[in-house]
Amino acid sequence: MHISPVLWQFLVKWLNASALFPREASTIAPYADALYFFLLLITVVGLALVGILIFGFSIRYRKEKHPVAIQVEGSTLLEATWTIIPLALFLIVFVWGALLYFRIYNPPTNAMNIYVIGKQWMWKAEHPGGQHEINALHVPTGRPVQLTMISQDVFHSFSIPDFRVKREVIPGRYSTVWFQATTPGTYHIFCTQYCGTNHSAMIGEVTVLSPDDYDKWTQESTSGMSLAQNGERLFASMGCNACHSGSAAARGPNLAGVYGSKLQLTNGSQVLVNDAYLRDAILNPSQHITAGYAPIMPTYQGQISEDGLIDLVEYIKAMQSNYRVQQTLTTSTSNQAAPTTPGVMKP
Amino acid sequence: MSTTSTTIVNLPDQRTARIPKRNYLNNEDGLLSWLFTGDHKRIAILYLISITFFFFIGGAFAGLIRLELLTPQADLVASDTYNKFFSMHGIIMIFLFLVPSVPATLGNFLIPIMIGAKDLAFPKVNLLSWYLYWIGGLFTLAALVLGGVDTGWTFTTPLSTHYLNTHVVTAATGVFIIGFSSIFTGLNFIVTLHRMRAPGMTWFRLPLFCWSNYAASILMVLGTPVLAITLVLVALERLVGIGVFDPTKGGDPLLFQHLFWFYSHPAVYIMILPGMGVISEVISTFSRKRVFGYTAVAFSSVAIALFGFFVWAHHMFIMGVSNYSALVFSLLTMLVAVPSAIKIFNWAFTLQKGSITFETPMLYAFGFLGLFTIGGMTGVFLGALGMDIHLTETYFIVAHFHFVMVGGMLMAFLAGIHFWWPKMTGRMYPESLSKLAAVTTFIGFNLTFLPQFILGYLGMPRRYHAYPPEFQVLNVLSTAGATVLGIGYMLPLLYLGWSLKYGAIAGNNPWQATGLEWQIQSPPLTENFIETPIMDHEAYDYEWLAHKTAQEVTTVG
Repeated sequence: MHISPVLWQFLVKWLNASALFPREASTIAPYADALYFFLLLITVVGLALVGILIFGFSIRYRKEKHPVAIQVEGSTLLEATWTIIPLALFLIVFVWGALLYFRIYNPPTNAMNIYVIGKQWMWKAEHPGGQHEINALHVPTGRPVQLTMISQDVFHSFSIPDFRVKREVIPGRYSTVWFQATTPGTYHIFCTQYCGTNHSAMIGEVTVLSPDDYDKWTQESTSGMSLAQNGERLFASMGCNACHSGSAAARGPNLAGVYGSKLQLTNGSQVLVNDAYLRDAILNPSQHITAGYAPIMPTYQGQISEDGLIDLVEYIKAMQSNYRVQQTLTTSTSNQAAPTTPGVMKP
Repeated sequence: MSTTSTTIVNLPDQRTARIPKRNYLNNEDGLLSWLFTGDHKRIAILYLISITFFFFIGGAFAGLIRLELLTPQADLVASDTYNKFFSMHGIIMIFLFLVPSVPATLGNFLIPIMIGAKDLAFPKVNLLSWYLYWIGGLFTLAALVLGGVDTGWTFTTPLSTHYLNTHVVTAATGVFIIGFSSIFTGLNFIVTLHRMRAPGMTWFRLPLFCWSNYAASILMVLGTPVLAITLVLVALERLVGIGVFDPTKGGDPLLFQHLFWFYSHPAVYIMILPGMGVISEVISTFSRKRVFGYTAVAFSSVAIALFGFFVWAHHMFIMGVSNYSALVFSLLTMLVAVPSAIKIFNWAFTLQKGSITFETPMLYAFGFLGLFTIGGMTGVFLGALGMDIHLTETYFIVAHFHFVMVGGMLMAFLAGIHFWWPKMTGRMYPESLSKLAAVTTFIGFNLTFLPQFILGYLGMPRRYHAYPPEFQVLNVLSTAGATVLGIGYMLPLLYLGWSLKYGAIAGNNPWQATGLEWQIQSPPLTENFIETPIMDHEAYDYEWLAHKTAQEVTTVG
């Protein structure tokens, strides 16, 4: 028999590549695969059982063999069996899946942070050291990496199949995911949430480098200005330092060391100051009045881009003393005002 | 007929048999008599024609999608066009085919007869629901003809409200109106099953088909209004910018997801439950046995309907719902899987000690059992929190819900159509051709969707117009399967049409089945029963049937 050359080429190509499972390139991947194989196993066993029952009964009790049916009402014992066994298996899967979920979504405390902004139709990664990448991400092996992600427009979803991680990237709030890459190489980044015309073009590549190569890459690709430094300029140019000056008589609360602390608000609640809180407090200040201060801060909704917000958050995060605010205060009142940061939308 | 025969088909003598002179089909003539009918059987036929029409439109889009995915590059159509293809495929198949498929056709036709009633409780509301279906359908077609809509069937905000300039509001209006058609159908079934059962027809004598449609009706009545509200909010957000879902106005885009899935997850059970009812009837009839564990099967339908309302957030595990709610929803998802497992085993054990024959409806039912088992088990993959992270939004999920919706529901629908075809039309379909169609469908289905599980685990995202070249071989297999599947679906359209004129005369009870619908003439009279039947036996009582048949022979002979 003659096989068409096109078909033949496909089969050869497939058998050569023969990928039925993705590569395991992160510390999480083996854990995810273990659960996957367990699930495959119970599926195959369950399917085989149903198959054996159907075919077995069909052969044994077909009309030629068994012309008159014997009526059976049911059996509580059997009913209980096939209620309890699947239930037990599903509960095992539930616990296992939950453990895996917390492993994937709870980053270790020493994770390095990279910001990712999703927009129609590209991924923008911003490293705290000032490296900016489009549709690409460089990470080292052997170090936990946390991604703090936000969307500038619609829902996106950041997925690296070979790492078995994925998280929705949502407009208006930060979401995080973490991984620790194990094998140098390049891997796909996909946007997996339908986001409009070029959804399937919103792809990129994560390049995993050995720690040495990563250090080299970091040195070579920095823009020369860290996110915090960008934030510092923005802080001055938006006039934040006028109130958040850190002096005792200031109209706004002191921001030095505020990140990670618990804050008492005027409405009586206590909040943990994290990235999300800082972002909200800039855009929606009237909802987040620190106890003891007047609600005078205007909203910055629509005036700062997501990039700018990340810069500000990084700046406030890094602010351990008021030294730099005092510096920027002097800069902004002098005639040598800091130039506007790229990525700042002028109102 | 000898006892060693391999079939239970028992047709009247074809030389003398005639279609009954008076029946619901020829009771009145003319198009208007159909368009203004209150007869549940005629409305069922109207629905059957309508959903078949939409099924083939939706199917054409599926074909175009698979054709585009034959190659990794975006080469057949532009991205926007491709996005419109899968959006229209989803909207048409879900709202215009799957949701009304079994309830509005088989349910409409059979529920009154099965319970010994003359019609549904509200015949005019029933007709109204068909008109609403068509008004909604026309809005959807208008959206299609005017240039399409590319939101996906999920209408996700803020994409649908702020970023697309296609006919979102038109399509949403269509879906909104179709929703009312399904609410009215559900309402009608609930009232009918409560109030119109014949004397002696207790709840536990109802055929399981009624139980599963009852459960689905509850979901329709309680779930669909939430979808309607959500779509109204989307339209308002789009038209006047009320900002409920817009984060820049203090709204929450996740709220949309919650509201949408609060309907759309139960909708999955609206689609599958009536199909499960069909399977119970078919398996019982062709194994000549009462369904194993009748009460367990009946209550598992209700349990599915009940739990089905509390699992919606499992569509949102990666969207940043709180850890605790993720845990709760995952646990409830595991629980909702159990009643489905119970049903599968009950059906399998119905075969035990039966006297099994393999007519076409039974082949479709076997196909259902296999495919639904895979569909259900892969649902457990997705319900497991950590596994869902990798699998969601990939082709794994596409394969999963096609196994449930197409492998499960469509198989059940075709089983039901073949099973009750003789009752609806009075004529038999051609047996060997239909067996060929059943086998073709099964093979084509597996070839189409099994590779998609592998693609999904490899990470290929859904709704991708172009994809990395290493995924091509599996996509080619899938497209090849879709071609076979397409043939499998074309065949019934052709031979069922043929059988309307040339099929063998079926007689009252070709399958020697026990349901009340099989004890009356085929096609039935407009009033179904000449005198109100009195139910004095359990459902699926084959001994009662044998006794009755024996008596008939003595009285006639």
